[in-house]
Amino acid sequence: MKVLTANRLTDGEAVWYSDTNGWQDVIQGSTLAEDKTGEERLDAIGKAAFAQNLVTDVDLIDVNVVDGAIVPQRLRERIRAAGPTNRLDHGKQARAA
Amino acid sequence: MYRYDEFDHDFVKARVAEFTDQVNRRLAGEITEDQFRPLRLMNGVYLQLHAYMLRIAIPYGTLNPRQLRMLAHIARTYDKGYGHFTTRQNLQFNWPALSDVPAILSDLASVEMHCIQTSGNCIRNVTADHFAGAAADEVADPRPYAEILRQWSSVHPEFSFLPRKFKIAVTGAERDRAAIQTHDIGLHLKKNEKGELGFAVYVGGGQGRTPMVAKKIRDFLPEKDLLSYTTAVLRVYNLNGRRDNKYKARIKILVHETGVDEFARQVEAEWADLKDTELALPQADIRAIEAYFAPPQLPDRPEDDDRIKQARLDSRSFGEWLDQNVVTHRHPDYAAVTISLKGIGETPGDASAEQMEAVAGIAEDYAFNEIRVSHEQNLILPHVARADLRAVYDRLVEIGLATANSNLITDIIACPGLDYCALANARSISVAQDISRRFASLERQREIGELKLKISGCINACGHHHVGHIGILGVEKKGAELYQVTLGGSGDENTSIGEIIGRGFGPDEITDAIETIVQTYLAVRNGGDEKFLDTYRRVGPAPFKEALYGSEARAA
Ligand code: SF4
Repeated sequence: MKVLTANRLTDGEAVWYSDTNGWQDVIQGSTLAEDKTGEERLDAIGKAAFAQNLVTDVDLIDVNVVDGAIVPQRLRERIRAAGPTNRLDHGKQARAA
Repeated sequence: MYRYDEFDHDFVKARVAEFTDQVNRRLAGEITEDQFRPLRLMNGVYLQLHAYMLRIAIPYGTLNPRQLRMLAHIARTYDKGYGHFTTRQNLQFNWPALSDVPAILSDLASVEMHCIQTSGNCIRNVTADHFAGAAADEVADPRPYAEILRQWSSVHPEFSFLPRKFKIAVTGAERDRAAIQTHDIGLHLKKNEKGELGFAVYVGGGQGRTPMVAKKIRDFLPEKDLLSYTTAVLRVYNLNGRRDNKYKARIKILVHETGVDEFARQVEAEWADLKDTELALPQADIRAIEAYFAPPQLPDRPEDDDRIKQARLDSRSFGEWLDQNVVTHRHPDYAAVTISLKGIGETPGDASAEQMEAVAGIAEDYAFNEIRVSHEQNLILPHVARADLRAVYDRLVEIGLATANSNLITDIIACPGLDYCALANARSISVAQDISRRFASLERQREIGELKLKISGCINACGHHHVGHIGILGVEKKGAELYQVTLGGSGDENTSIGEIIGRGFGPDEITDAIETIVQTYLAVRNGGDEKFLDTYRRVGPAPFKEALYGSEARAA
């Protein structure tokens, strides 16, 4: 399974794409691509958003759904989704707390 | 320190205006990311995992209190209230919005700072000994030459698109605290038998994927020839450096593949045409730049000894700090102070806005308005009267910056790693924090003695792991972090590249592995005076391998 991620152009904030909310700054609730067709669709959305200068560094990343939560497979993406592990008061994790 | 003249002010102002326009055009969608990326990099703006990152140049690591206060102001206003001092004597902000960068650059320009050439394939910030101008063992202050190089290399039309980035370091002492042999060009300022100043010139050092120790290509280059000779080196590199392969594009590969003798011959041939041109530095110009770095008037303050003795008796922690973080100064009544940014369990190199302001205040009150950033990610007060050390210490205690661990195992260099860096394979900071906590006891650290531990989160080696007495390199293996350990590296006048000791360790194992290495050292060292590096050089890797891998090592 994959989700679409990028960094917002204006402030660099890590964002994920959701059909409901558009580019949102949390990973939970982002749209899952469960097959090739879904991936191609997200890929096209990412390319369009990049071309419209909304976001940069667009990427489709591998995730699993664990107990209903989206969990990226790579540590890099888990850190992007949560925030730096040395500063729990920064990044998305700070807002969740 | 150097003060901008009218030309410098106009130049930086024009650059801020130019980049402001570029940012605005990017935000308005008038230029694409592909067009913008090289422009933002030329102005120090990177994109990291969580946000943009802004890298600010601190020429040869020298700051005045006004500048440090401005960095604190920027941290508080546009970032998250802290900054990260790097192994290149620079400062990075981890969270600025692109839309705020023009305002930040304007603020920086108002205190004679900028972000130009902190990225890109150009000549980067020239680094220098952090004790420059204060060290007792110094022949002369290397910073005037670093400043001359800075002026010459700023938007140098011929050298703005080199095959790869280019780093120059300068030291003025035999004891190399600027790690010059790990730089593209390393300059050792010295005197010849006639007492004239000049440089031993080293080229082709570097870390990264292919670590190499620089080779000396000239034992004595007269100071007037600094720019002509550097130009000759860069011309040979610019012409012949490998532009076809990013991983082979640094000058170290060219020097290695060409052979040092042939490379030196090519440089000398190029130089023959350059040395008597306008690149020859007039004495008057060198002395004029030198005047900016004239040491402060240091009045004699001989009242120190009794006061310090008494203060030592009053406070054991002050005594420990004195032993560890204070070094001798060329003036016997003064000392140079290392302010450790390595509090136990803290992020190496991070300082909060409040800490920056407090250090600026201490520098104003007790240190002749001078602050340095060391490549070991600490701050330095180069000139403090010994009689004022207790007062300085007390002020540092108030802001949590009095950790007495300079050069000990918890004085760890660590790059941002996977917590921030888009290129990282593994975290560095968390490993540094774990090791720091494990070795928190100062008594134990002092028993272990000098030990430089350096951690990088990928092979780019920003954390200088190759030249750590103990080096740790984070890699990604099957989606997980793995840490490779090297031993015996060193970044001083006897530079050596550490040797990989064996298979790597997981994040939960690495601190234990370091513990094992330290225990082994303590068991095999020749008395308490033999430092880790000396022991390693004497006994080699065998006992460490045996301790870490046991029968596995014997079978191999
Ligand atoms: S060594 Fe690698 S991970 Fe660390 S800061 Fe440099 S590029 Fe990033």
